[in-house]
Amino acid sequence: MKYIDEYRDGHTARVLSERIRDIVTRPWTLMEICGGQTHTIVKSGLESLLPKEITLAHGPGCPVCVTPLELIDKAIAIASRPDVIFTSFGDMLRVPGSSKDLLSVKAEGGNVRMVYSPLDAVKIAQQHPDTKVVFFAVGFETTAPANAMSVWQARKLGLKNFSILCSHVLVPPAMEIILSSPSNMVQGFLAAGHVCTVMGYEEYIPLAEKYKTPIVVTGFEPLDILQGMYMAVKQLEEGRYEVENQYSRSVKREGNVAARKLLAEVFETTNRKWRGVGEIPNSGYKLRESFSDFDAETIFEVAHIETQESPLCIAGTVLQGLKKPHECPAFGVQCTPEHPLGAPMVSSEGACAAYYHYGRMHAQSNLHKAV
Amino acid sequence: MNNEPMKNRSAEFSCPIPITDYKNILLAHGGGGKLTHQLIQKMLLPQFRSKLLEPLHDGAIFSINGSRLAFSTDSYVVNPIFFPGGDIGELAVNGTVNDLAMCGAQPLYLSVGFIIEEGLPMEDLWRVVLSMEKAATVAGVELVTGDTKVVDRGKGDKIFINTSGIGIINEGIEINPRNASVGDKILINGAIAQHGIAIMSVREGLEFETQIESDTAPLHGLVQAMFDVSKKIHVLRDPTRGGVASALNEIAENSRVGIVLDEGKISLTEEVRGACEILGLDPLYVANEGKLLAFVVPDEAEKILSAMKNHPLGKDSAIIGEVVNDYPGTVVMKSKIGGSRVVDMLSGEQLPRIC
Repeated sequence: MKYIDEYRDGHTARVLSERIRDIVTRPWTLMEICGGQTHTIVKSGLESLLPKEITLAHGPGCPVCVTPLELIDKAIAIASRPDVIFTSFGDMLRVPGSSKDLLSVKAEGGNVRMVYSPLDAVKIAQQHPDTKVVFFAVGFETTAPANAMSVWQARKLGLKNFSILCSHVLVPPAMEIILSSPSNMVQGFLAAGHVCTVMGYEEYIPLAEKYKTPIVVTGFEPLDILQGMYMAVKQLEEGRYEVENQYSRSVKREGNVAARKLLAEVFETTNRKWRGVGEIPNSGYKLRESFSDFDAETIFEVAHIETQESPLCIAGTVLQGLKKPHECPAFGVQCTPEHPLGAPMVSSEGACAAYYHYGRMHAQSNLHKAV
Repeated sequence: MNNEPMKNRSAEFSCPIPITDYKNILLAHGGGGKLTHQLIQKMLLPQFRSKLLEPLHDGAIFSINGSRLAFSTDSYVVNPIFFPGGDIGELAVNGTVNDLAMCGAQPLYLSVGFIIEEGLPMEDLWRVVLSMEKAATVAGVELVTGDTKVVDRGKGDKIFINTSGIGIINEGIEINPRNASVGDKILINGAIAQHGIAIMSVREGLEFETQIESDTAPLHGLVQAMFDVSKKIHVLRDPTRGGVASALNEIAENSRVGIVLDEGKISLTEEVRGACEILGLDPLYVANEGKLLAFVVPDEAEKILSAMKNHPLGKDSAIIGEVVNDYPGTVVMKSKIGGSRVVDMLSGEQLPRIC
C-alpha cells in the first residue's frame, strides 16, 4: 500500500538499526512522547531491533492514559442523564472511572455513542434538537483543531443543544515537567509528529536549549521511529542538543497556521490535571469565555466532582522513565489491563500495559527453559 | 449509602454469582474476547460441565451406534441484516455449516429458529428465507425443523436467527482444539478481516473506492478437499468474532503450546488494510465468515496447502505460522520489520483509537 509499505520495509529497518549500533558508544535513554509512537514500537517489536545501550521510556502522550479519573467520572455523570446523548471517540469508552466506564453506562441504558469525528456529534445535535448532545473532547494538540471546529460550527449553525466536555492537554509543558525533575533520566526526545503538524516545532527550541536535550520531531511508521532514534542518538554522541525534523513530509516549522488561528479563537490555556502525574500549570486548553455556552462542565454542573487517583499507582515515576512498570508492587497484581489502577495500564499504548503483555511472554519463556 | 441492604440480600443466595466485576452484561461479553471467555469459564462451563462440552470446540463430537456425529449451534444477530456480500440468512446457514466442518464433520441437517421483530417488512423476511434456501442448497444441507417467534416492536432488532446442525464424521478424522502439537504448521485459506470490515463500513457509513464484501462461505467442501489428501489435521477453527488472534489464543491455551505467526504471510486486501489503518483497528481481531485455520503435521503441510489452493475458496491459502515449544498459551507475531510482539486476547470490544 502506497505511503505505508515504504515506511515498513524490513531491510531498511535492519540498515537503520545497524546504523544506530554503529554510532552508539554508551547507554542512552530516549523517550517517545506520543502513544501512537509507542503503539508502533510495540506492534512492530522495534525494541528487539535496538542495541542494548538504548533504553526507551514511553512518554505521557496517550490521551486515553492521561485523562484524569475525575474527568471520566464527570463524563459518566453527564452520560447517565436521560436528557443527554453522550458522544466520544471509541477508545475513551472503556477507560475506567472510579466505579465504572462509559460502556457500562451504555449497558445500563445511557445513550452513549461512538463517533469518528466531533463534527459527527454536531450532526447528531442537528438531528436531535430536543436532546442535549455532548462530545467528550480529549486529546493533545492533534485532536484540538477538529474539536475547536465542532464548537465553532455549532455556533455558526445556532445550535443550543451541543456542548463539549473539554480536557485538552498540551505536550511541551509535560516535557518540561519531565526535564526539570531532579531525577530525570530522559536524555533525548522523539517529539510527536502529528502534534507538530498542527503546532510546528518552534516552541521546542527553548526546551532543547534550556535542558541541553536533543528533540527530534518524529513520525509514526516503524522506519520513521528508527530514523528519529538514529538522529537523536547521533546528536547525543556528538554532544549536540537541537530540534531536528525527521517528519518533514508532514511537519512545517510554523505548523498549520489556519488550525492554530482557530485554536487561538476558541481555546485558552489552563492548568490541567494529568492522570498519574498531577496538575501541570498551563498544560491544557479550555473554552474561552466567549464560547462558554458550549462548555458541558458548566451546563451540567459537574465542576465540583473531584476524584483521588489510586495511592498504589506509581504512574508518575513510570511516565518519567524513573521506574520500570514491573518495579511497581501493584503491577500485575492489583493492576492489570482489565482492572487498571493508573494511566499507563489503561490503553494498549501505555507503558505498563505494554510491559504486562511482554512480561508474560518472557516470564513464560524463562519458565519453560527452567523446567 | 443505600448499598448495604443489597449486600445482605445477595447473601441469601446459595450460589453467589461468580462474576462480580460487572453488574450488567456488556457488549464485550459477546465480543469473543476476554470477557466472553470469562463468561463461559466462570458462569457457563461450571454449571453445564460435561465431557462433551469441556473441549469448548465449535461443536460437540460423540458416537451413537458406531457413527461419530458432530452437533453445533449458533445465533445470528448481525446489524444490518443485508450487507455487501451477504445477509443474515446466508450467514446463519454458512455459520453452522462451518462450525460442523471445523469438527471435521460432513454437515447434514440444520434446524432454524427465527425471532422476528413486529413490523419487519414481509419482503425483507422473504429475502432472508430465499437466501437461506440458496445457501442450504449450495452447502448441500437440509433445513429439517424450525420455529418462529415474533416479539414486540423495539424488543428485538428486525430479525435474529438461531441455527443448529448435525453432521457425520468420517473414519480416521480426529479434530480437537487440544491437539495442536509442537511443529504443526498453521494454514489459512486467504485474506483476513473481510467480513468485519464489510459490516463496519455499512454500519458506520464509511465509503471506500471499492466496496468491501463479506467473505461468508460454506467451508466444508474445502475441508473435504484437505482431508482427501491428508487426515493428519490436528485442529480446525473458523476465526469468526474476535478474529484470527482470539481463535489462535484459545487454541494455544487449550493445547498448552506457543504459536508463532509470520506477519508477512498474513494477507489482507488493499481495501481492508486501508480501512483498518484509517480506523486504527488491528485486522487480526476483525471477524471472518469464510476463513479457516488448520493446524497440520509439518510433513503434510505442503500437500494440504496445494489441495487448498486448488479449491475455489482457498486460492490465496498460505502457511502463516507454526506451533512452538516456547511460551505455552501465548501467541507471538514476528513483524515484517523483524521484531516480535505478543498477540493477546482482547480485553473488550475492539474500538477505534483516538490517534
